[in-house]
Amino acid sequence: MRELRDITESVRGVFERDGYGEVWTPALEYEAVLERGGGPSPAYRVFDDQGKVLALRTDMTVPIARLVATRFPTADPPLRLCYFAHAYRGVRPHRGQMREFLQAGIELVGAPAPDGTAEALTVLCHALDATGLRGYRIGLGDASLYPRLLRSLRVGEEDGQQLLAALVARDFVALETELKRLGLDDEDAELLLRVPQLRGGPDVLGGSDGPVAEAVAGLRRVHDMLAPEVAARVIFDLGLVRDLGYYTGAVFEVYDPALGEPLGGGGRYDELLGRFGRPLPAVGFALGIDRLHIALAGEERER
Amino acid sequence: MNGLTIAVPRGALLRETLDLLDTLGLDTAEVRSNDRKLLFADVGIVTMRPSDVPTYVEAGAADVGITGKDVLTEQAERLVYELLDLQYGSCRMVLATVDGPDPSAEALRRLGVMRVATKYPKTAAAFFEMTGRQAEIVEVKGSVELAPLTGLVEAIVDLTATGTTLRENNLVIREDLFTSTARLIANPVAHKLKAEAIDAMLEKLRAP
Repeated sequence: MRELRDITESVRGVFERDGYGEVWTPALEYEAVLERGGGPSPAYRVFDDQGKVLALRTDMTVPIARLVATRFPTADPPLRLCYFAHAYRGVRPHRGQMREFLQAGIELVGAPAPDGTAEALTVLCHALDATGLRGYRIGLGDASLYPRLLRSLRVGEEDGQQLLAALVARDFVALETELKRLGLDDEDAELLLRVPQLRGGPDVLGGSDGPVAEAVAGLRRVHDMLAPEVAARVIFDLGLVRDLGYYTGAVFEVYDPALGEPLGGGGRYDELLGRFGRPLPAVGFALGIDRLHIALAGEERER
Repeated sequence: MNGLTIAVPRGALLRETLDLLDTLGLDTAEVRSNDRKLLFADVGIVTMRPSDVPTYVEAGAADVGITGKDVLTEQAERLVYELLDLQYGSCRMVLATVDGPDPSAEALRRLGVMRVATKYPKTAAAFFEMTGRQAEIVEVKGSVELAPLTGLVEAIVDLTATGTTLRENNLVIREDLFTSTARLIANPVAHKLKAEAIDAMLEKLRAP
């Protein structure tokens, strides 16, 4: 516990210094609340004595969206909130991802892109630096990029869903097969296969005109606002899709060479709060404390 | 290969995989000459059973790997990137029974359920669920062909390349599930942090 406590205390120090107030919500929420949020679907449900269905939360973003709309309906934005809390998912338990897992994160509510996104990325890097993690990088993409590309090339709704499903499954072979089946123009098919595989430094943003230009320009604006030490951590990833349904714009993930899976991630969810009655743009991230711990131990071993 | 660790499948895919790695400029001579050694750190190659490749790649113990689509289908929950169809090692996943009147169809008609032996329980279960048939999946580790001959099951779901083993055991193919070929897969973190090396590898592999 001491090592875990060191990590959470370091992160908490950064969140507090940057002006994020800690909030708490119950682990049990009404299932209908979680469903309205559109996060991962809950795996563990119970009934109360009146037959209402409650479920263990699957992340903190949806409960905090509810909290903001109900407890702070008139507070002036932006709201800066942070949390250290467990979430629950029906996963195959393995090192770094148990069914119950501790997350540390922030939600920045009422701060639109690009400023809000840049602030969230900055807090994220400060928090990771404070834990002593050295080799990490931030993958930065845009959840709206591929759907927008599909619309502009007039790919039908159903076909588009198939392509997106292949992308979410990280299956470029299926993506290529599916594109062949649709019989698109060679040029369009090539674009739809190439763009999501673009990742690297700012040069991958170069030459992307046409339908992806707007999303790419948005990413560039965020990047331009970052301090050099934060910007140096960013890898652009035009194929980055997070499997949570509420993301609307920039999305990001944290990678470290010492661990084979992301340490955490986040993004913009500009439409989520509206579902709870207080339409405000927002951005946030969550770090998996167990994964951070494993990565820190791994980096230590390699030193 | 630019500091990448590559998981290479032993067994039927080994030779063609090593031929392919030769074209990338890797020296596979030691792998070919030594079938007991497993780790070849100098060239960044680790060798293992094909079904272990996704495990190593998902955990990041190898950056990229090569294995069959049959393995990836059976282990669909693994979080890995599937980057390229390498075209070789072509096999069919099939439903087969003994020759003559179809005993699995008879079992379904009269008993409402058929028994099916396989080494691919998840693939088989998904197939029968999709086609709306009730099947009891019997997982076996060894020769699947034996199961219908002894009356353990009415049918098998198995991988076949030429169909010779099936024919020799008086079995016939009743249905095709899918065709499997060798695939290049990558760890999700390596795919971002070692993007250049992986893309360079992809480009060479795509070149005719």
